[in-house]
Amino acid sequence: MERTTHGVAPLLEIENLISGYGRIEALHGVSMNIKPGEIVSLVGANGAGKTTLLRAISGVQSVSAGTIRFEGQAIDRLPAHARVPLGIAQVPEGRQLFAPLTATDNLMLGAWWRRADDLSAELARVHELFPMLRPLSRSTAGMLSGGQQQMLAIGRALMSKPRLLLLDEPSLGLAPILVDQILDAIVRLKSEGVTVLLIEQNARAALAIADRAYVLETGRITASGTASEIASDERVQRAYLGI
Amino acid sequence: MAEFLQFLFSGLTVGAVYALVALGFTLIYNASGIINFAQGEFVMLGGMTTVFLALVGVPLPLAAVVAVLAAVAVGLLLHRFAIEPARGADTVSLIMITIGASIFLRGAAQVVFDKRFHSLPHLFGTDPLRIGGAAILPQSLVVLAGATVIVVLLWIFIDRTLFGKAVIATAANRLAARLVGINTGHMIGFSFAISAAIGALAGILVTPITLTSYDVGTLLALKGFAAAMLGGMGYALGAVVGGLLLGLLEAFSAGYLSSKYKDVVAFLVILAVFFVMPQGLLGRAKVERV
Ligand SMILES: Nc1ncnc2c1ncn2[C@@H]1O[C@H](COP(=O)(O)OP(=O)(O)O)[C@@H](O)[C@H]1O
Ligand SMILES: [Mg+2]
Repeated sequence: MERTTHGVAPLLEIENLISGYGRIEALHGVSMNIKPGEIVSLVGANGAGKTTLLRAISGVQSVSAGTIRFEGQAIDRLPAHARVPLGIAQVPEGRQLFAPLTATDNLMLGAWWRRADDLSAELARVHELFPMLRPLSRSTAGMLSGGQQQMLAIGRALMSKPRLLLLDEPSLGLAPILVDQILDAIVRLKSEGVTVLLIEQNARAALAIADRAYVLETGRITASGTASEIASDERVQRAYLGI
Repeated sequence: MAEFLQFLFSGLTVGAVYALVALGFTLIYNASGIINFAQGEFVMLGGMTTVFLALVGVPLPLAAVVAVLAAVAVGLLLHRFAIEPARGADTVSLIMITIGASIFLRGAAQVVFDKRFHSLPHLFGTDPLRIGGAAILPQSLVVLAGATVIVVLLWIFIDRTLFGKAVIATAANRLAARLVGINTGHMIGFSFAISAAIGALAGILVTPITLTSYDVGTLLALKGFAAAMLGGMGYALGAVVGGLLLGLLEAFSAGYLSSKYKDVVAFLVILAVFFVMPQGLLGRAKVERV
């Protein structure tokens, strides 16, 4: 158990996680940890199980064995809606916005568990992070462009004031300039104390901003280390960095 | 002309009830993907409970309120003990469960109430109003006004409150709703409660005109389902339009053809929608699923 690498207790700790769809097992005993303040990148080919792992952390995917601890507390038995208040938010693959609702409604619903609070400061913070969203507050989410939707999806997750932000391929299908904006935002969030688990097709970009990384291959972690170690691993270079 | 107006008003009156039943189908379908064939039983419970409470001397307004609450309680129990435990089951199984529940509720109503037809007093008497040569019962206007108020209140609630938006969010994207921390189980339970209340109110409003008995729910569920399909399953506006249209189709075919055909219309509508336009009237045109 890597319980206290460098003496810091992990924010998220996963041990021997097994999960799948019906009889098909997608994760065959995954272990990993994320320390507070880190950006950890999860690298792996299509179908490796990255999304499944994120779904399991959020509680929208059933787990047949293993444990997930958040701040030392086992959360695997908690329903999804009870994990958000603990500080876990996810930006799911494909954005999954509430298409018929306005951008602002999407953001307000992101803060569902804090709906009794004054959320104006939170809203302002999201608009500051993504100024592009500011003039769109009354636009229907389903009508926004891909980049706007992705920023809205991240903003929605931030409205819950997460300690751990799970991002599933946030730059998929976006123009390079938007990809850069999103990566910049992630770095900025880190500087504000948000811990990030990042899945990215663009492994090179992800490793450039990550502190550490794990490589997931067909449901198993096959390598882990600092981002630079992983980026200079020959196998990783061949498989994911196209070198 | 007088005849036409007569059919028009009776069609709209019955159609308003179908619209409310269809709205119940829509709310539950949107929150959960379930088609609740026990929807007609809420209408029966509203009428029958009011009748029997009134019989033992409870003042009518109070009886009506208790009847709505009773239907809401039944809706919540149905969700808690029949739907929730079957979470994750396939659609057909869930539909079977609601059909089973409707049979059970009908049986229970037979025992708790009786097997006779019952009525309630008309709110503003039974002297018909003369409009363009047609004779309209004041209660018909009560039904139309009541249905309008229910639809408007529901719309305001859904459109103007964060809770209402959470209902839309759950309907639009259940995964995302769970990820932002909405307890979708609660939302589904809530949709059962609201649908039950709407059904019960419809039953109370229309009982003075159509009478009620333990088994009125069966046909009403079918008609409401036909109306919801006609409007496009999952579309609140479609449910209202579909309900009114079905009521009018029935009234005019009964009036100009033969009353024998009245109940056949709903079946024909279901078949026509299935084969000709599976999306319903508004299914494709409207983006918003409420
Ligand atoms: N809904 C599903 N039903 C059945 N199998 C699925 C489903 N989603 C993913 N899988 C399978 O699980 C494995 C892992 O998928 P996923 O977690 O989506 O991978 P990744 O996100 O790394 O591309 C794949 O083999 C995929 O085919
Ligand atoms: Mg994926």
